[in-house]
Amino acid sequence: MSVEGEQRTIRCLVAKVGLDGHDRGAHVIARAFRDAGFEVIYSGLHNAPDEIVQAAVQEDVDVLGISILSGAHGTLVPKVIEGLEEYGAMDDTLLIVGGVIPDDDKAELEELGVAEVFGPGTELETTIEFVRENVRDRR
Amino acid sequence: MTEKSAGEVEPGREPPGSTVATAEPEFDVDALVENLLAGEHRALARAITYIEDRTPGYRQLVGELHEHTGDASVVGITGSPGTGKSTLVDKLALEYRDRGETVGVIAVDPASPFTGGAVLGDRIRMGSTVGDMDVFVRSMSARGALGGLAAATADAVRALDAFGKDRIIIETVGAGQNEIDVVRTADTVAVLVQPGAGDDVQMLKAGILEIADCFVVNKADLDGANRTVQELTEMLQLERDVDPIVQTGHHGAEEVEDSRSDTEDNQDEAADNGDGEWRTPVVETVATHGEGVDAVIEAFDDHRNFLADSGALADRARSRYAEEIRTLLREDLGTLLEAEIEDRGGIEALARDVHRRETNPYTVADELLDPIRDCVAENRD
Repeated sequence: MSVEGEQRTIRCLVAKVGLDGHDRGAHVIARAFRDAGFEVIYSGLHNAPDEIVQAAVQEDVDVLGISILSGAHGTLVPKVIEGLEEYGAMDDTLLIVGGVIPDDDKAELEELGVAEVFGPGTELETTIEFVRENVRDRR
Repeated sequence: MTEKSAGEVEPGREPPGSTVATAEPEFDVDALVENLLAGEHRALARAITYIEDRTPGYRQLVGELHEHTGDASVVGITGSPGTGKSTLVDKLALEYRDRGETVGVIAVDPASPFTGGAVLGDRIRMGSTVGDMDVFVRSMSARGALGGLAAATADAVRALDAFGKDRIIIETVGAGQNEIDVVRTADTVAVLVQPGAGDDVQMLKAGILEIADCFVVNKADLDGANRTVQELTEMLQLERDVDPIVQTGHHGAEEVEDSRSDTEDNQDEAADNGDGEWRTPVVETVATHGEGVDAVIEAFDDHRNFLADSGALADRARSRYAEEIRTLLREDLGTLLEAEIEDRGGIEALARDVHRRETNPYTVADELLDPIRDCVAENRD
């Protein structure tokens, strides 16, 4: 009945973790999310896992997208997950990872709680659709 | 506790047209308030989300938080894009933390009017205090919320205040009325300018000059900084001479004489001179290096003390609340009337009748309003 709240604005944090400096992918995703009507908070480069956790908690984002191209996902992503759990934020944050992730590692990350891993060549539309369909109901 | 919170609904007596005000909360309001007051960051973050989304229940939430507010000092920072607002805010937060105070920041960025999407980038510049949870940074977009951004910002400030933040900073691009309304939520408003912005200074005349309690010339290590400071100072001087009442705010014209006579002596004194007039200071900073941040904080504190001493702090707060009440009532009545309009076949049908000369807009409005009028009259003692 009321006009408000019909379609909740999806908030995303697009984050670069660790030392890798390749942020083209993150920029492209941030822009695509913005054009899809999401609110995107971009972290900038070279964030430590606890910085990402702090931003995700304070901004209360629906989606946390981590872009990693350094190969350090095996250490960094678990630390982010740990941090989110500490604040009780893991359950209703949709965690997705983008970058070059080997298949074996992909399975491992998903085991840990990553909702999906998007590799090179993924259509932007695919990622946006995934977010729309899987964003957690938080009420 | 208030006896009747705004959205309380007596069971089985749901009024016609379920408005936001009357809708059942979609979350556990009491638990959230309790957790927020207990200092849980996640609860604070979620409270602000509900406020932004206007999730049913947010009114009760804000209502319950209100009594716990009033202790924070609230500063608004505005200026053109690229003047260094986020960088300054970052350094201010750092300095406050060094002094042992906790900080809340609300950074407002524009949203696309077409998709509603936004990239909120202020956080990138706020690296100094990263890892310190006692600096709570929240990005908000100027989404096309009904009633507007200003209301949502004011409520988010309430949440930060109730949470116990000592200092709250609102940052926004000084681009339009919407943004000006936002910084007005603050007790003290600082306008950021960068050197060589001759045209900017011209632009300031229209609107922003009046709301500035403090000017900050950032990037003061660049050429032309002195000149910008000088231009601003001259402009402020001119403004005072032309219309002293604008500057005196709540004080009457009888004080004009006094303030004029000792203007000379007080040229370099920016703060209150005991003549009841606030002299807008111009402070120079190099925010990237943290230079001048002390002076900015001093200017903020001077202004707040001035407001407190002159009674204007309370005046400002009261006029803000008055405006808030009016806005809420307009919004709620609007929603109620929308429901009435729907009930009578919708606005299209009514407009068609008017077009066919079967009735006229005034009659339609009266017909819609009369039952409400009667109802109000009946319930009044």
